Amino acid sequence: MKPFDYERADDTDGAIATVSDDPTATYLGGGTNLVDHMKLGVAEPGKLVDITKLPYDFVETLPDGRVSVGATVRNSELAASHVIRQSYPVLAQALLAGASGQLRNLATTGGNLVQRTRCAYFQDPSTPCNKREPGSGCSALEGWNRHHAILGASEHCVATHPSDMAVALAALDATVVVRGSNGQRRIPVTELHRLPGDEPERDTVLEHGELITSVELPAPSVSARSTYRKVRERASYAFALVSVAAVMEVDEGTVRDARIALGGVAHKPWRAEAAERELRGTPATEENFRRAAEAELEQAESLRDNAFKIPMTRNTLCAVLRELTREDRA
Amino acid sequence: MTDVLTEDPGRAPQRLDGPDKVAGTARYAFEQPVDGPRYLHLVQAGIARGRVTGTDTSAAEALPGVHTVLTHENAEKVNAGGELAVLQSPEVAFRGQVIGAVLAETPEIAAQAAGLVEVTYERHPHESTFGVDDHRAQSPDTSSPMVTEDLDQGDVDAALEAAEYTVDVTYATPPEHNNPMEPHATVAVWEDGELTLYDSNQGPYVVRDVLVPIFGLDPERVHVVSPHVGGGFGSKGMPHAHVVATVMAARLTPGRPVKCALTRAQMFPLVGYRPPGFQRVRLGTDATGRLVATEHSALEQSSRLAEYAEQSAGASRDMYVSPNRRITNRVVALDVPVPTWMRAPGEAGGMYALESAVDEMAQACGMDPIEFRVHNEPDTAPTSGRPFSSRNLVTCLRRGAERFGWAERDPRPGVRREGDWLVGTGVAAASFPSFTIPGSVATVGYADGYYRVEIAASDIGTGARTALTQIAAEALEVPLSAVRLHLGSTAQPKASLAGGSSGTASWGTAIVQAARAFRAEHGEHPPEGAETTTKSEPDPEAGKYAMNAYGAQFAEVRVHADTGEVRVPRLLGVFAAGRIVNARTARSQFAGGMTMGLSMALHEHGVVDGRFGHVVNNDFAGYHIAAHADVGSVEVDWIDEHDPHVNPMGTKGIGEVGIVGVAAAIGNAAHHATGVRVRELPLTPEKFLTDG
Ligand SMILES: Cc1cc2nc3c(=O)[nH]c(=O)nc-3n(C[C@H](O)[C@H](O)[C@H](O)COP(=O)(O)OP(=O)(O)OC[C@H]3O[C@@H](n4cnc5c(N)ncnc54)[C@H](O)[C@@H]3O)c2cc1C
Ligand code: SF4
Repeated sequence: MKPFDYERADDTDGAIATVSDDPTATYLGGGTNLVDHMKLGVAEPGKLVDITKLPYDFVETLPDGRVSVGATVRNSELAASHVIRQSYPVLAQALLAGASGQLRNLATTGGNLVQRTRCAYFQDPSTPCNKREPGSGCSALEGWNRHHAILGASEHCVATHPSDMAVALAALDATVVVRGSNGQRRIPVTELHRLPGDEPERDTVLEHGELITSVELPAPSVSARSTYRKVRERASYAFALVSVAAVMEVDEGTVRDARIALGGVAHKPWRAEAAERELRGTPATEENFRRAAEAELEQAESLRDNAFKIPMTRNTLCAVLRELTREDRA
Repeated sequence: MTDVLTEDPGRAPQRLDGPDKVAGTARYAFEQPVDGPRYLHLVQAGIARGRVTGTDTSAAEALPGVHTVLTHENAEKVNAGGELAVLQSPEVAFRGQVIGAVLAETPEIAAQAAGLVEVTYERHPHESTFGVDDHRAQSPDTSSPMVTEDLDQGDVDAALEAAEYTVDVTYATPPEHNNPMEPHATVAVWEDGELTLYDSNQGPYVVRDVLVPIFGLDPERVHVVSPHVGGGFGSKGMPHAHVVATVMAARLTPGRPVKCALTRAQMFPLVGYRPPGFQRVRLGTDATGRLVATEHSALEQSSRLAEYAEQSAGASRDMYVSPNRRITNRVVALDVPVPTWMRAPGEAGGMYALESAVDEMAQACGMDPIEFRVHNEPDTAPTSGRPFSSRNLVTCLRRGAERFGWAERDPRPGVRREGDWLVGTGVAAASFPSFTIPGSVATVGYADGYYRVEIAASDIGTGARTALTQIAAEALEVPLSAVRLHLGSTAQPKASLAGGSSGTASWGTAIVQAARAFRAEHGEHPPEGAETTTKSEPDPEAGKYAMNAYGAQFAEVRVHADTGEVRVPRLLGVFAAGRIVNARTARSQFAGGMTMGLSMALHEHGVVDGRFGHVVNNDFAGYHIAAHADVGSVEVDWIDEHDPHVNPMGTKGIGEVGIVGVAAAIGNAAHHATGVRVRELPLTPEKFLTDG
């Protein structure tokens, strides 16, 4: 690990100015991803600006019913928060499906969103990787790519985004509130992460120095049901092979609204818009679920080791839809 | 003193070192307090084969706090081969090999400087993967004591031809990495020509005896101290490259000890692993389901740097009747790290293949898999004709069947569903040889009202310290509290290593013999300062009997109908392993072995990228080991077995038999659940997913 400077920020503008002005500076949340990368030589920041003492440790309901989650709220706290458990079960479940108890105690909302891929080659500086070292090549393309993308990948990078929380946020249509040296902007969470294209080194649309301050959840819908299903070979403490977050509204056997996001399949939480379109306004039947899943997966392309993700995603999506519509069908 | 050894876990003595471990006062190698240590960080090869053409150490050396950068150019010449010939030449034999080492004031500086060493290479083409019918397969060196010759009894081909039912199946197993909880670590102190090593190992004298010729030392002036070891599973059976590098580095800084701890990622290439392999099993039976032919051929990875030949096919030598039998072990030597022993080497993989094939064979015959095994139970060891010192496999199977509820089992595969889960049950047998290694030396002394027992045994977390204290107390006919046992150091008399599940048997024998000699010499009321030292005699019955521990493993498996996820809510192991010295620590050994078997069945897989030649998932986020949530009910049971032949205590090894057969039982249960026969470990979800 390279020596670095450490600063604990006590005001937001100061923190943003420090990082914006220093191309080697970066924010430090819980450090569960960044510090690992520093040990591995994947990241070599010259300065860390610790933001965990900034005033973003809140989960509050806004007057219009939306819920605002501060960027430094720990994953374990967020999962335990009453309003989240009550009104956004998909989010609480996704958080609890991630990492381990110890890691969740440290991991922050902002850090979780911006965590980087777990691609083994990305994490090993002795192997080529376009994301770590643009232009060096993608080792996963013809290497071990069991955990890699089936949707939206490019010839430059086939990595997946590892977050569970972000998949739930995508299904919830959350908005990320960001501040930079030019002020504040709001980004739908579905547009925060990028597809790799020919710039796989850029995970998100954030500019250097932009700080995530909070995440806003739309006011909960009373009639919606939601759930998160994570498929993994180890029963806990493993990244998703595939995951499905879904928020469904069903009325007398007909799907009124469906918001579905897939994890483990793409460079970003993958909003399953094609499936949603197929489902909206149609009867909640097994046949329609399958048609919707297949519509989404039509564009799927597999690599050497990950062809299983196509049937696994299809089956998991159908199972989730079945579960969320079960009572209504009865 | 019959209460010293009790079968009742509630009454068995608790681990004597338990409180120290829980309180954190039990010191492991790296934590040993030494004055002013420097720290060593290894530099590893970034290519799989070739030679180092240049090492630029200037940036590393310029870093404040760096003492020395060792490379093949400045390292002392030592008398070593294979993986221990550290920094002796520019040749690179595998990716991750030690090609340098940085000695610095702090571990952080050493690690940073290691990253600054610039190495240039001449790359040579390498080979690091192999296939099932590999043309590079060769016979291992049978002059090695660890390697047995091929066996070819009767006429296997003709018998298979004539058999009523046959199976011909190939099972594949991946590289598995020992990954003990405590990473390998060593602390070397040179002082006045004496070398003291605080080291994490499975036998202090093994470390000493390996190092002495390498450095040309006087054995009396080498001390290895290892009071507590956080697991080894075979990977600490022999010293690895880092120990040699640390001793070298310590020689350069007399008076300043050197500490070296491997990172988890460094352990993957540097401390051995269970080699991957393919095993073909061909079985044939007559119309009654009696085996007429058994062929087991194993092909496993070895290293071009030094041969290691896993003896997987040996699992089929003495397990079941079969007048015709062919056993062969082959290796493919590649440009890869040297494999080593990993818990039940040979048996773990070999019995996975055999016991899975036996399940397939039973099914082909239309027989219940337990009845099939009972039907094929030999009276004497099939290949040698020797009687068994004791063999209670059938009792284990019967007891397990009753406890597991086997009688209610519907044999049809793929017909039980509970909610979204397909449910099945499976069984497999376990067997592991009982070794009692002669030649360990024990001292028994008496002073201040206590009996002092000394032997350089190793407690690698097994509970040996406790079990040996019990054995000493029983042999001396005194209460447990009257015995003070000292182990884990060359300060005690020489003992064999903790390997092959031989510890309790071998060290216990030495202690019992020393205790008897002590009593013979000094009587029931020994004078203050009385002392007797003896060396354990070979078992007069060794060679006359086939000596093995046995077990029956049962598993309940659930496979998710939509996703293929595999879960194991229940494992039951029933063992016949001679006399159980301490029911509490024994239970923990068996359950630990079974859990490792579960991990082998479902998760463990070192993924080799042939282009680079290394294991790419070299951390615990990538290399999965069973987590708590994977481990459901693990029930352990054993039968009351009295074996007068194995050793004076009547004990058999229990450390390894627990892992044997678990993967087969789980695979067999997964087949029973789904109707899908997966012949490749680990049993990951995709292997059960159908694209329908
Ligand atoms: C062994 C292991 C297993 C794991 N398993 C899972 C899993 O199953 N599912 C899962 O979802 N995750 C898993 N994780 C990942 C874990 O969720 C992330 O490491 C964690 O969420 C990152 O949060 P942090 O606060 O520690 O981020 P940090 O490590 O502090 O930061 C990560 C990145 O985010 C940036 N950053 C932090 N805060 C902000 C902010 N407010 N604005 C802008 N940028 C910011 C940092 O600069 C850095 O680049 C696992 C991690 C480990 C180590
Ligand atoms: S998939 Fe992306 S992250 Fe992985 S090696 Fe390729 S470029 Fe790097």
